[in-house]
Amino acid sequence: MDFSDSPEEAAFRAKASDWLDANATRRDGSEKAQDHFMARDADEVARARDWQSRKADAGWAGLTWPRAFGGRDATPIEQVIWNQEEGRYAVPPNVFLIGIGLVGPTVMIHGTDDQKTTFLPRALTGEDIWCQLFSEPAAGSDLAGIRTRARREGDEWVISGQKVWTSGAHYSTHGILLARTDPQVPKHKGMTMFLVHMSDPAIETRPIRQISGSSSFNEVFIDDLRVPDSARLGGESEGWKVALTTLMNERFSISVGRASGGARAEELIDLATRVERNGRPAFEDGEVRARIADFIARQRGLEFTSYRVMTSLSRGDAPGEEGSIGKLLLGKLRQEMGAFGMELAGTAAGISAKSGDDVARWRNEYLTAPGNRIAGGSDEIQRTIIGERILGLPPEIRIDKDVAFSEL
Amino acid sequence: MNFGFSDEQDAIRDTLARMLSDHATLAVVHDCLETAEGFDSATWAALAGGGWLGLAIAEDYGGSAMGAVELAIVAEEIGRSLAAVPFAPVLGLATPAIQDLGTQSQKEKLLPGIAEGRLIVATALAEDGGSAPERVSAKVVQDRLSGRKSPVLFAADASFALVAALDEGGTVRLYLADLSDPSVSINPHDAIDRTRPAAEIVFHGAPVELLPGSDPAAIRTLLDGAAVLAAFEQIGLAERALSLTRDYACERQAFGRQIGSFQAVKHRLADMFAKIELARSNAFFGAWALASGDNRLAEAAAVARLSALDAVQFTTEESVQLHGGIGFTWAADPHLFLRRGWQLKAELGPADLWRERLLCDLANGPAAAN
Repeated sequence: MDFSDSPEEAAFRAKASDWLDANATRRDGSEKAQDHFMARDADEVARARDWQSRKADAGWAGLTWPRAFGGRDATPIEQVIWNQEEGRYAVPPNVFLIGIGLVGPTVMIHGTDDQKTTFLPRALTGEDIWCQLFSEPAAGSDLAGIRTRARREGDEWVISGQKVWTSGAHYSTHGILLARTDPQVPKHKGMTMFLVHMSDPAIETRPIRQISGSSSFNEVFIDDLRVPDSARLGGESEGWKVALTTLMNERFSISVGRASGGARAEELIDLATRVERNGRPAFEDGEVRARIADFIARQRGLEFTSYRVMTSLSRGDAPGEEGSIGKLLLGKLRQEMGAFGMELAGTAAGISAKSGDDVARWRNEYLTAPGNRIAGGSDEIQRTIIGERILGLPPEIRIDKDVAFSEL
Repeated sequence: MNFGFSDEQDAIRDTLARMLSDHATLAVVHDCLETAEGFDSATWAALAGGGWLGLAIAEDYGGSAMGAVELAIVAEEIGRSLAAVPFAPVLGLATPAIQDLGTQSQKEKLLPGIAEGRLIVATALAEDGGSAPERVSAKVVQDRLSGRKSPVLFAADASFALVAALDEGGTVRLYLADLSDPSVSINPHDAIDRTRPAAEIVFHGAPVELLPGSDPAAIRTLLDGAAVLAAFEQIGLAERALSLTRDYACERQAFGRQIGSFQAVKHRLADMFAKIELARSNAFFGAWALASGDNRLAEAAAVARLSALDAVQFTTEESVQLHGGIGFTWAADPHLFLRRGWQLKAELGPADLWRERLLCDLANGPAAAN
C-alpha cells in the first residue's frame, strides 16, 4: 500500500502541471476549489469556453477520448490526475462535463459517421455545450417511464413533451434527448434518442429555483420540435440501449471527478470554539465533541474510499464495489453536518443576522445537501443497486415490465 | 496510487481463510461458548503450525518478519472466522510491545514461544473496564507490582501478562509479569462472549520486568497499532455477519417472496454494506500508516476504530433482527457475532475514548500527539 504515483503516473502529472503552470493561475489559500460544473452567468460561460479551447489546442481536452476523435487516449487514472492538478488552479467551471464525459462517448458508440464528424470536434473545443434531456416530471428514478413523444412525419420527427432537472439547459447549445416513439410496446422497448439544438424556438427553457435559492437546473418545454431523421442517435426503438451508454459514462465521470464534498468536518471545530453552549465554549461540551469526531471519521472514510476507487482505476480495473457507497453516504453526511452547524451557530437555528455569517454558511450547506441525495440516482435507488448488483439479492418485482406503455 | 492489497497479499489471505474454515467452524465457536474454557486451542495450534503466529516476529526469534499489512489480513480473517483465539492480545499488543520496546533477553525468552504457540502473553492494560493507560493505578515499587487489572482476556490460558502500571515516578510504563507466581490471583469474569474468556488479575507484589522502551508515547503508538488491527478483525466479523444475513434473506420466504426482495430488508443490508466499506477505507489508511510509520497513525487509528465500532454494532444488531425469531435463539449463529462485537469493543475501549484521541490529535498536530 502506498499513496505515491507510479513512474508513468508521475511523468503524466509533471507534464500536466507544467502546462497548467504556464497557462493558469494557482488558487491562493482563500479560494475554494472549482469543483462544480455549472456556470453562474454568461461571463463564466464565456471564460469556460475560452479555457476549454486553450486546453483543446494543447491536447488536454477529452483526455480519455481515442486519438481518432481528437482525444489523448489517456487512462482513467490519468484523467483523475489531471482533475487533481487542474483543481489546484483558478479555472472556470467545467460546463463541458456532459458533452465530453457523457454525450461524446455515446456518439462514438451509437452515432453515424456524419454525427461523429459534426459533433465530436465541437464538443472538444468548447464550441458546443451539451445538456442531458432525460428526466421528466413523471420519470425520474424510473427513467424508462418518460412520456415525451416523438412522432415520425416523412423524413422528420415531431417531438413534444416536458423535461426537468436539466442542468445547464439555459446556456447549452445542444441536448441529448430521450423520447418515446412507440407506446404500443413495453416501456423499455419503445424509446429513441435524438440530438437536438437548444436554440430552436420550439424549445423553451425555464430555470428552476432550488431550496437553497439558487438555480442550476431547468425545466424544458418542447412543443412540436421538428428534427430531421439524421438527428436520431442509434436505431429506432433502441433509445434505452443508447441511454444506458450515457448513464454508464455518467457514473464513470462521477467516479473520476473531484468529489464535491462541501464543507470539511474540521470547520465545525473552528465554529465550536467560537460559540457557547450552556455558558461554556461549545467545544468543551461532550455531545458537541462526539458529534464532530464522528463526522470527521465518516468524512475521512469517504476520502479514503475515493483512494480505493483510484487504486482500481490505476490498476486498469473498473471502479469496484467500493465506489458505490460514496454517493450514498456523502449527501446524508453533508445534510447532518449542515444541520449541526446551524444548531451550533445560533439558538434560533436558521435565523441569520447577516448573510455570510456562520448560520448562513451552514444553512447553505444544509439546503444544498439534499441535491447530493437525489441527483444521479437517489439514496433509495443506490441502496437497491447495492442490494441487487453487489449483494445479489432478488430483484424488485416489476409489474410494468411486460405491459405495453400505453396500457400502464 | 496503490491503496489495496497485492496479489501476494491476496494469496496469503486465501491460504489462511482455507485453513481457518477447516478448523474454526461456527459449530466449534458454539462449542466454545458452552465450555468453561472458551479457548479454541486446536485452532491456535494450527495457526502456530502454519507460521501465522510468528508472521510479524523477526526471523532471529523464529518468525517470518512480514509487515503490518500482512498482519492486518490475518486480523480480518480471524475476525471473519470468529475463531476463539487470543489474536488481538497476543499478536496485536504483546508481540509488538516485546519486539519494539523490550530487551534482547525479553525477546529471546518470549518471542519464539509466541511464534510456536507455546506461550500466551495476555495484555493487562485496563482497570475497571476502561483501557486508557493514563487512568492506571496499579503500581510498581522496587520491581514488585500491586494492583488489579480487568478485563484481561485469556488470562487463564496465559503464562505471562503485559501490564500497564505506574513506575515509582508516577509514569505509566509496561511490565512483564509471570502469571505462575504465587502472588498472582486470577478471578474469572462472566463476559458477554465466553469464547474470549475474561478475568480480573490481582497482583500482590508480583515480580515484574520493565519493558525499557515503554514511555507513554510508545504506549500510545502501541495502542494505535492495535486499534488498526482490531478494526480489520471487526470488519471481517461484520462482513461475515452481513453475508450470513444476506444468505438468510435469499432463503427465507414470506408473503410468497424471498424476504431479500423487500426493500425494507434489502436497503438495511445495503446500509450494512456501506458502513462496512466505509470502515474498510479507514482501516486501509490505518494499515498504511502503521506499515509506513507515518505520523498520522493516531488519526488513522481513531477513525478506523470509530467507523469499525459503528459498522460492527449496526451489522450485528440488524443481523439478529433480520433473522426474525430464529435470530433470537441460542442455537442460531447471529448472537455469536453480536457477542464477539461487544467483546472487541471492550478490548481497546469504547468510542468515546477514541473520539477524544482523534480531537486531541487534530488539535495538537500529529507530531505533538506522538
